Amino acid sequence: MKKIEAIIQPHKLEDVKKALTGIGIDGMTISEVRGHGRQKGHKEVYRGMEYQVDLLPKVKVELVVPDTRFEEAVQTILLSARTGKIGDGKIFVSDVREAIRIRNEDRGEGAL
Amino acid sequence: MTRIRLWQAFLMACFVPALLCAQSIPPATNARIAAVESAVKSAQSAGDNAWMLMSAALVLMMTGPGLALFYGGLVRRKNVLSTMMHSYVLMAVITVLWAVVGYSLAFGAGTPFLGDLRYLFLQNVGAAPNPDYAATIPQQTFMVYQLMFAIITPALISGAYAERIKFSAMLLFTVLWALVVYFPMAHMVWGKGGFLNAALGGRIPCLDFAGGTVVHITSGVSALICALYLGKRRGYPTEPMKPHSLTFSFVGACLLWVGWFGFNAGSALAASPLATSAFVATHFGAAAAALGWLLAEWIHNGKPSMLGGISGAVAGLVAITPASGFVKPFPAMLIGFAAGLLCFFMVTAVKRRFGYDDTLDAFGVHGIGGTLGAILTGVFATNQVNDSFKDASGKTMALGWVDGNPGQVLNQLGGVAISWVLAIVASLVILKICDVTIGLRPSAEHEREGLDISMHGEEGYNFET
Repeated sequence: MKKIEAIIQPHKLEDVKKALTGIGIDGMTISEVRGHGRQKGHKEVYRGMEYQVDLLPKVKVELVVPDTRFEEAVQTILLSARTGKIGDGKIFVSDVREAIRIRNEDRGEGAL
Repeated sequence: MTRIRLWQAFLMACFVPALLCAQSIPPATNARIAAVESAVKSAQSAGDNAWMLMSAALVLMMTGPGLALFYGGLVRRKNVLSTMMHSYVLMAVITVLWAVVGYSLAFGAGTPFLGDLRYLFLQNVGAAPNPDYAATIPQQTFMVYQLMFAIITPALISGAYAERIKFSAMLLFTVLWALVVYFPMAHMVWGKGGFLNAALGGRIPCLDFAGGTVVHITSGVSALICALYLGKRRGYPTEPMKPHSLTFSFVGACLLWVGWFGFNAGSALAASPLATSAFVATHFGAAAAALGWLLAEWIHNGKPSMLGGISGAVAGLVAITPASGFVKPFPAMLIGFAAGLLCFFMVTAVKRRFGYDDTLDAFGVHGIGGTLGAILTGVFATNQVNDSFKDASGKTMALGWVDGNPGQVLNQLGGVAISWVLAIVASLVILKICDVTIGLRPSAEHEREGLDISMHGEEGYNFET
């Protein structure tokens, strides 16, 4: 099993969700996060007080998929989240040792 | 036949009243004339009273929710309730103080500097008008209208100490400040025989229609003293202290703008053409000031901000306050525009240069805007707008420089100087008293935690509920 953490532009969330559902991946967890990579922030001025805002709002999509479906899932996210501009975000992938469904204690890929 | 009768009727109609007039008026007619006069008087009184009660409500609305939202939105979220509370609690505290002694100290005849105790506990303040102040409305209406000014003035100061004062210290400071600064200043400018009262025999006739000196200079200058005495907020200016809700501030500023019609047009103390003129001057001044600030910001920062727009309008409303009952619409716009530019310069360049932490710019907007407005009132005041000032022979007096009375600018400077000195000296003494008795600032942990939790035990935003 692989965990995919995709940090994307907030306005692309609907596209990504639709695309993943389209290939039959239903389980995911979404959180609103702030961060920055190479994208520069912006300047805000309140009555002469200047603030450089570096941490920009992003959405983090987390999903765990069986190894067989991992490439397909990553490709789907890449295509649906891309605008081609700086700030589109990143995808991190890691191995997952175990998955357990709380309701009936199913384990492994069957729990996904 | 018919023709002759018509002629007779016509002649009768013409001559009978003339014949009646030639005789002495019967007592029944006299009584009816008296009844008509009394009905006219009570109709005028009803009209004036309706407007003045409405105005009183508008001025209260400026404090809550107007100022509470305006200031509450500008602080960080952990201090939103405490900042709103600074305004709100004064709606209660000052009201009680006003009933006990405040109204009497401000509007009792007394000395040139302070009223006497004739209205202590509101005795002798009832339905009968007080002709010295407002001859057509119950004195009780006048009393409650003036109370609303006494509430908002110390609330304005809270902009300077927001986010870093103990609630108990804030209460003690405000009560002492009302007693030592506001009541005497209101008496000097508006009270009968007051030292600066232009209408009722003052030594220096300072023109202050709705409170440029009494309200804005006293509160704005005291705000600066508070900011300096208390010192900066912990973390200022290195930690980010962005306004947490400019949408709150926007709604608050718009309520201030509307409420200000009660503040300025209501200061005519009657539903008169003068009230209309003050209403118009107020609105035009605010509009020009909003544009002035936006323009300065656009040129200086490259972007005109919403916060700049509403700050400008408030600055203009402050500056037009003393002038509102004396100036025409175009001078009003000039005063507003100048205030927009000058206050922008104060809260950006000057504040940064000197490094004081006037949290919400109570000094930059009210102190400076009020001072500018008070001085420009001496320039633009004209008897074409307000002809209520008569000399000994009953002739309408020249008011400002535009009327050919440049000396009025000096009178205005006299009023400005007295209000600045009183505000500085009294605020320093009061702050010292609060400091040595109960202490002014919360502990470092309390300030970091936010005053909402540390002073009031509650939070403005509970997302988990």
